[in-house]
Amino acid sequence: MSLPKPMMRGLLAKRLRFHLPIAFTLALTAAIAFKYTVTEPKKRAYADFYKQYDAVKEFNAMREAGIFESVQPTGK
Amino acid sequence: MLATRALSLIGKRAISTSVCVRGGHGVAKVEDYALPAYFDRRDSPLPDVSYVQNLSAEQKSLKEKEKGSWVALSNEEKIALYRISFKQSFAEMNQGSGEWKSVVGGVFFFIGFTGLVVLWQRKYVYGPVPHTFEGDYKEKELQRMLDMRMSPVQGFSAHWDYENKQWKK
Repeated sequence: MSLPKPMMRGLLAKRLRFHLPIAFTLALTAAIAFKYTVTEPKKRAYADFYKQYDAVKEFNAMREAGIFESVQPTGK
Repeated sequence: MLATRALSLIGKRAISTSVCVRGGHGVAKVEDYALPAYFDRRDSPLPDVSYVQNLSAEQKSLKEKEKGSWVALSNEEKIALYRISFKQSFAEMNQGSGEWKSVVGGVFFFIGFTGLVVLWQRKYVYGPVPHTFEGDYKEKELQRMLDMRMSPVQGFSAHWDYENKQWKK
């Protein structure tokens, strides 16, 4: 029975050496992917919406639809 | 180290029973669960006691031989000594089983059964839904949502074409 002596020390260090770079890379990739697939399109969508937004026109359209309680549609 | 292990086999029980002498009435009996126990655990490799407590004559003579030079022990004797001290080797205790398949099957079965229970409940226990779920009430609700321009940037009203009064293609 002459088995080689097994690894007794440095087991955690070995595991971390392997897994930490992978973990950091994956986390970074996830953050970058989220930024460019979600937050940037959202920012652009809001910017584009408000570029052509006429608040008074929208208000009058809503008024005519009769959803307000403080102002009535112009007919009444 | 060798001496303490050999002593622990014989001495431990004697020590614990002698401690429990009660005022002249004799030795109290210690139940098995109160004594140090043997266990196979990956994270605690050296249990409190050896696996085999009551050695046979053969095992006793082997233990005597262990007190000498270990080079004199054959491989079978070394394995026999190991098996006296331990029930399962690390390889044996760590091996997986097929239990997870039963567990997953049981989980799915009971989820399915719960589905049946929920269906029965929906039919026989609950009363009717509120009137606010009816067809034309819902239509008026949706029209009101569009009128007040709910979520006009990326959400609900963003998909409605206000000029042509239809959903955007």
